Amino acid sequence: MLNKLESLFSIQRSAPYLTQALLLPGRRGLQGAHSLSQSLSASLSPSPTKFFSPQIFIDNEWHDSVSGKVFPVYDPATGEQICEVQEADKADVDKAVQAARRAFALGSPWRRMDASERGRLLAKLADLVERDSVYLATMESLDCGKPFLTTLFVDLQGTIKTLRYFAGYADKIHGTTIPMDGEYLTFTRHEPIGVCGQIIPWNFPLMMAAWKLGPALAAGNAVVLKPAEQTPLTCLYLGALVREAGFPPGVVNILPGFGPTAGSAIASHMGIDKVAFTGSTEVGKLIQEAAGRSNLKRVTLELGGKNPNIIFADADMDLAVEQAHQGVFFNAGQCCTAGSRIFVEEPIYEEFVRRSVERAKRRVLGSPSDPTTEQGPQISQEQQARVLELIQSGISEGATLECGGKAHGLKGFYVEPTVFSNVTDDMRIAKEEIFGPVQQIMKFKTLEEVIERANDTDYGLAAAVFTNDINKAMAISTAVQAGTVWINCYNALSTQCPFGGYKMSGNGRELGECGLKEYSEVKTITMRLLAKNS
Amino acid sequence: MRPKLIVAVPTLRTSCHLHIILIVFQLFINNQWQDAQSGKTFPTINPSTGEVICHVAEADKTDVDRAVKAARAAFRLGSPWRRMDASDRGLLLTRLADAIERDAGYLAELETLDNGKPYAISYCVDIPNVVKCLRYYAGWADKWEGKTIPIDGDYFCYTRHEPIGVCGQIIPWNFPLLMQAWKLGPALATGNTIVMKVAEQTPLTALYVANLIKEVGFPEGVVNILPGMGPSAGAAIAAHMDVDKLAFTGSTEVGHLIQQASGSSNLKKVTLELGGKSPNIILSDANMEEAVEQAHFALFFNQGQCCCAGSRTYVQADIYDEFVERSVERTKNRVTGDPFDLKTEHGPQIDDEQFKKILNYIDIGKKEGAKMLCGGKAASDKGYFIQPTVFGDVHDQMTIAREEIFGPVMQIMKFKTLEEVLERANDTKYGLAAAVFTKDIDKAHYLSSGLRAGTVWINCYDVFGAQAPFGGFKASGNGRELGEYGLDNYTEVKTVTIKVPQKNS
Repeated sequence: MLNKLESLFSIQRSAPYLTQALLLPGRRGLQGAHSLSQSLSASLSPSPTKFFSPQIFIDNEWHDSVSGKVFPVYDPATGEQICEVQEADKADVDKAVQAARRAFALGSPWRRMDASERGRLLAKLADLVERDSVYLATMESLDCGKPFLTTLFVDLQGTIKTLRYFAGYADKIHGTTIPMDGEYLTFTRHEPIGVCGQIIPWNFPLMMAAWKLGPALAAGNAVVLKPAEQTPLTCLYLGALVREAGFPPGVVNILPGFGPTAGSAIASHMGIDKVAFTGSTEVGKLIQEAAGRSNLKRVTLELGGKNPNIIFADADMDLAVEQAHQGVFFNAGQCCTAGSRIFVEEPIYEEFVRRSVERAKRRVLGSPSDPTTEQGPQISQEQQARVLELIQSGISEGATLECGGKAHGLKGFYVEPTVFSNVTDDMRIAKEEIFGPVQQIMKFKTLEEVIERANDTDYGLAAAVFTNDINKAMAISTAVQAGTVWINCYNALSTQCPFGGYKMSGNGRELGECGLKEYSEVKTITMRLLAKNS
Repeated sequence: MRPKLIVAVPTLRTSCHLHIILIVFQLFINNQWQDAQSGKTFPTINPSTGEVICHVAEADKTDVDRAVKAARAAFRLGSPWRRMDASDRGLLLTRLADAIERDAGYLAELETLDNGKPYAISYCVDIPNVVKCLRYYAGWADKWEGKTIPIDGDYFCYTRHEPIGVCGQIIPWNFPLLMQAWKLGPALATGNTIVMKVAEQTPLTALYVANLIKEVGFPEGVVNILPGMGPSAGAAIAAHMDVDKLAFTGSTEVGHLIQQASGSSNLKKVTLELGGKSPNIILSDANMEEAVEQAHFALFFNQGQCCCAGSRTYVQADIYDEFVERSVERTKNRVTGDPFDLKTEHGPQIDDEQFKKILNYIDIGKKEGAKMLCGGKAASDKGYFIQPTVFGDVHDQMTIAREEIFGPVMQIMKFKTLEEVLERANDTKYGLAAAVFTKDIDKAHYLSSGLRAGTVWINCYDVFGAQAPFGGFKASGNGRELGEYGLDNYTEVKTVTIKVPQKNS
């Protein structure tokens, strides 16, 4: 099994070639390659780290599952199996939690470590990810189906920057001293919460791991991380780098497995102090319930969205069309931030639809390894079917299908870039999260009306407004109920800026200084004094 | 700050005669090496021998003008430095820390050669703290956040933390590399440009670091380093109309001049880290062995050449005699000698001027009636070595109890009550540091609250971390270095207020 993996991922020769193919004009070396696995399986060069294995990572070692079970991982561009991975369930979660508990015990190397040293380890991890970034991008592209170049320039950069950012925070998590009434000295300590369960999705596997590990480790917690069953590979590779960087055993444990077994065991575990989940709103509710039923563990959730993108008539049309297009189609529409409700002001509606359709028709579908590819497959057959079903509902509910609407290609899980106009707010495609390449364009007349319609949803993750009018920009950004508002841009995410949801899009914030708060317990220490002075 | 890792010190490549091959002895302006406009040079001396190491280009006013122009150009709107992502500024600082760590052995040798401090200390204390300081501020670069503010009325209000501009930085000779890092770290993390004057006694390591600054990729003109003298180059920076901020570490006497120069020129922002006469208070319930060792370390570390030296040791009456006896014994055991010998605890003073000044203070102490218990003389016929010296029966009005000696001379005084010692400890124009040794939590808090000093150590001394702010009350300075507070001194806050049609919470 491992041999096959190594042959699939032997990219040391080929990946620079991929990059060259884009960077050198006129050179289209990989045209015609059907998939990375096909183009790369001939060579047999080893991975940059020898330690990687598709197993369960506990205590800095690889383990088989207690049950002996494995599960297959597929290339969504072809539907072919890549390899099998050890499948964690409750017994493995128990083992991992015990390891994390030991790592977090008072007096342990991790607890005794200088905060600056925790930061140095995270910085080292970032350096290792950077060293192996071409390899990781190849693996991510293969497992996830996202275009290789996007993976290298967006996912890997985002991962490296997030780890570096939180590395810098490790020794800057300040408590305060407090001018309390009476003869006392009061100060706070920001302590790690303890063992943190982290359950991450398949749309940005590596980057979501970094978003979770960065703040948790900077703040000094120990982690039990479950990657999505669709995309466990890069996360496991990260486990190898965690060990190489020198994190003590048990600080990071990575368990590939399924939600109803491993995920649920984490959410309801009595030895886990906090759970952070990124995924669907439906599962988010289960997580919160499990915490309520078990030990009231702290819960942070980053869930779905149905994000309004509001285009005023005075906006720069070229910019707005392109950004609205990227806002919904980026990552094959598989973004919780996808701008899936485009509200366009009436005077420019027809023009905006026309240009958006034209742009969507030009979107290049293809092999993730082809440097010209803009859009790869959906993650799985199940997701593909779900997206196609919602497209059908749009047609039957009377929206105008402007382009796309069908599966694409003979193999793999592709869906054509799809645009609907004349969408009304009550249609399913205007209410439900599609998580696919489907753009809904609605019409509005007034500021007040669009604010009300934009907010008329259970979700509140992100929103955007395109206008050159500073007053409209300020009014919309104040009024929309969303954790992130972009003005004349979309998906402008950065590790310094907090991200998270209002309403049913989540609880808590990731990234930025806010992200650290979710991984800290504040302890107030009050000491009796003989005589206080200012 | 204590060396714990003597065994880890690498073997010296060159014994005490270092071949200086990797640096240029010129002015570093615009990422280029340049001679002084005047053509002048000055010698830098090995304080262990009194011999000249090499000659270095001597900057004066015209060179300062050139450096300020370069720094100004690097700071103009739209420049690479101003357009750079904050996280990339941080990455450059990280890479500078990495480069210094890579060259730690060489830099430690050079520091010891030029400054005289024991090589084991250079390698185990100075260099690691330099690296940590730069890494610490690297992390701040993209975390120095402004605020949005719930202002009254139909307005939206936010602050931007902007760099001040061209910062003059004048650093001393007692910790040349470390003081350079304390200055570079916060100034660069916040996006300023720098004209730095290094002390004429110890220019070499700073110039080596200049090479590394260029190597890791800081844009031209962001950091400019000028070796030179205070009255010429230093004064030119302090009085320059186009320098926006000045940070100085050195004597209180020169600190006065700097602040005056700012007032008579362009009101540049001034931060000062100056002298001290820091009290170290030993209560009778303290762990005697630890208190003796820490009080010894507090004063004699770096040959007594620390602004925070614990130079007034107040000991409670009932343990006074024993404390004095043990301190003298410890001091007599202090190993003085060749700083490149790994057993050496104590090297030479920095130069002839300091050497003579300290011996003169010792004479005054004797004349004014303090009891000299050990030391008191030059320790070698070449170089600037002085025997570790202890005075007992010192009274508060004696010169050695009031003035900063900046040498290996310990003053031990007796006190009876907490109220008394607090009053005596605060009876000084200085307020840099203080320490208390006691097991009693109430006494520790009573004294730490009452002491007028920017840093108070409890049951420890000279504990520095890049994370913890440092600076002086009263005539020991203005502003704070290190920690988050250190960033304030390199930041202009801009309040931006936007009229909005209708505010909502």
